[in-house]
Parts: sequence; C-alpha cells; structure tokens
Amino acid sequence: MLKELLAYEYVFPLVLGFLFGIMCRIHLLRTDYRQYPTYPHGKIIHISLGVIASALGAIAIPALLKENYTAVTFLTVAAQQFRDVRNMERTTLTEIDKQELVPRGGPYIEGIAMVFEGRNYMVMFTSLVTTTATIFFHWWGGVIAGVIALMISRKLRSGKTLSLIAEIEPGEVRMEGRDLYVNDIYIMNVGLADAQEIIREQGVGFILTPRDANAKVTIAHPGQRQAILHDVATQLGVYTDTGEPSLSPLVKRDIQSGRLGVFLLPQEKDVERATSVIRAVPILESVFRMPTKTRMVKKEL
Amino acid sequence: MTGLILSVITTNKDRIAGGVPIFIESTTEKMQQTAFTLEKILDAMVHEVSDDTLIIVRHK
Repeated sequence: MLKELLAYEYVFPLVLGFLFGIMCRIHLLRTDYRQYPTYPHGKIIHISLGVIASALGAIAIPALLKENYTAVTFLTVAAQQFRDVRNMERTTLTEIDKQELVPRGGPYIEGIAMVFEGRNYMVMFTSLVTTTATIFFHWWGGVIAGVIALMISRKLRSGKTLSLIAEIEPGEVRMEGRDLYVNDIYIMNVGLADAQEIIREQGVGFILTPRDANAKVTIAHPGQRQAILHDVATQLGVYTDTGEPSLSPLVKRDIQSGRLGVFLLPQEKDVERATSVIRAVPILESVFRMPTKTRMVKKEL
Repeated sequence: MTGLILSVITTNKDRIAGGVPIFIESTTEKMQQTAFTLEKILDAMVHEVSDDTLIIVRHK
C-alpha cells in the first residue's frame, strides 16, 4: 500500500511542499506582547488553516500537470475561505475592543486582520513554489526554493515602525489651571482638581516630530494615534480604570507644524521604556499615506 | 464622537439656566466634591468652563 502510494510520481513534491507550507505558517505565527493570536485555541485555529492553505498550494501545479483543470478552481474557493479569516479576526477583535481600557481602534484591527489573511496566501505561495521546484529540479531544488520562500515571507513579516517616520522626544506634562499641555501642545481641559493632581504626578509626555511631509499626514491619522496609545497601554500598563474618564491618555496634534503631543498615563512611570515602546509602534498599513508621490502638486507640503 | 452635556455644577447660579440638571453649590470645594461624585456615577468627564462652573460631558 505504502509502496503504491510512493510510486505515484507527485507524492514526494506534494509532501515537501506541504511541509514547507506548514513550516512557513508556524514560522509566521508569533505571539508577542500583544498576546494575539491567543494561546492555545487561537493558535490551533491558525495552524489548522495554515495546513489547509498549504495543501491547496501544494496541489495546484500537480493538478495542472495531470491536466485536471477543474482542480485549479479550488484555489478560488481557497481565496474565499481566507477572506473569511479576515472577517473572523475583525469580528473577534472588534468585540474585545469594546471592553478595552485603551482600545486598539478600527485601523489597527483592520491591520491585524489583513495580516492573518495575507499570511495564509504566503503559506500557499511557499508550498506552491516548493512543489513546483521539486517537480522540475529534483528534491534539492524544492528545498532551495522552499528556503527562499521562507526567507521572503520572513522579510514580509514585520512592517515599518514609527521611529522610521518620526522623531520621538520626551516632553513636559504641564497643568495650566484647568488646561493640560505637553510642552506647547494643548491636550485637554481637566475640570476635577483630583484628576489634575494625578495627572501632575503620573503623567508622561512625548513630542513626535514627523520627518517629512508623508510622515506628517500618516501620524496625523487618528487610527495611528490610537495605536500608539494602545501599544503603550499594553506594554507599560495604564493608570486608569473604568469610570475614570478624566484619566485617559490622549494624543493631540499641533496643526501648524504637524507635530504630535502624546499624553500618557502609564502604570510604570519609565520615560526610557516608553520611548522605546513608541519607537516600535507599527505604522498601520491602511493609514500610511504618501502625498509626495502625487503628480498634481509638486511643491513642498 | 459627539459630546453630550449631562450636568452642570456651579457656584454662580445667576449665569446658569437650561435643560440639563444643574447643581448649585456654595463653595468651590463643594463644587469639586459634587463633580467628583457625578463623574464616578455618570462615567463622564468633568470640564471646567470658567472658574465658577463645571460641566459633565460624555464623550462617546
């Protein structure tokens, strides 16, 4: 039985492609400070989907070579399937976000959901490339192609971070009567004397200066700003509770220069760590803008 | 995101009138105390409009 199975010419390429696909998914499935995907069930879901994606990717080329053209239509079914992954992630995260002390915000959630869909396609791509190379260049060709595909997906794994587009400096949190400022940027009006006192003690301020015109537009996006607040809150904790709306971290923009004033209330008042956290905040893919690429206006923004 | 004024707390009742609950207090300290209580009860933020008037606003 086993002998018969191995005699089938495409078994080895299929297995190799399948294995590389699964390796790719496991390699890309990293649970970091965000603790997402959650362990263990979130991981089980995504590894299972990765296995399916990998099988589909591996089977495409052998099916074509066998002149089984209808099998290729399965790929379209797969695409549909993985679009649902995105919906699933979006729904889950939006539900969680409603109960968060410092919410992620819509664009951050969209970014995460998009990553989950995209990674399944990376898995399909890896297994497809590996299988094809094995068929055409023997097993070592498949392994080389698989390793290259893994390296490509590794490179595509992490996006850009905020430190690339903005300079981050600590700023001074200041209460002028009822008005809260970070350096010269007005943040909000705080009416309660009690809250003012806590802000004076626990507040930490930062000034983000955009490096160019593109950065100015990108960091102005409220979704990007919410992502900064959420990331700091997950990593340094947050000095607030439900029913304490006066103690909410906030980012405001200096309209004239495009700089951001970031007011934070971390549980741990550690300016250095907060700086490195802000530097590592991902630039949200759906928020990233490049106005300098326009052909309409050539002058400096 | 629209703000909604839920309540007004003042020490100067001559300047205040309108369609939301108004709390009139004798001193600034008492005004602050009432505002603190109301903030916790209503889960809405206290803002200072002028030295003698606070408003409670729900922001979301």
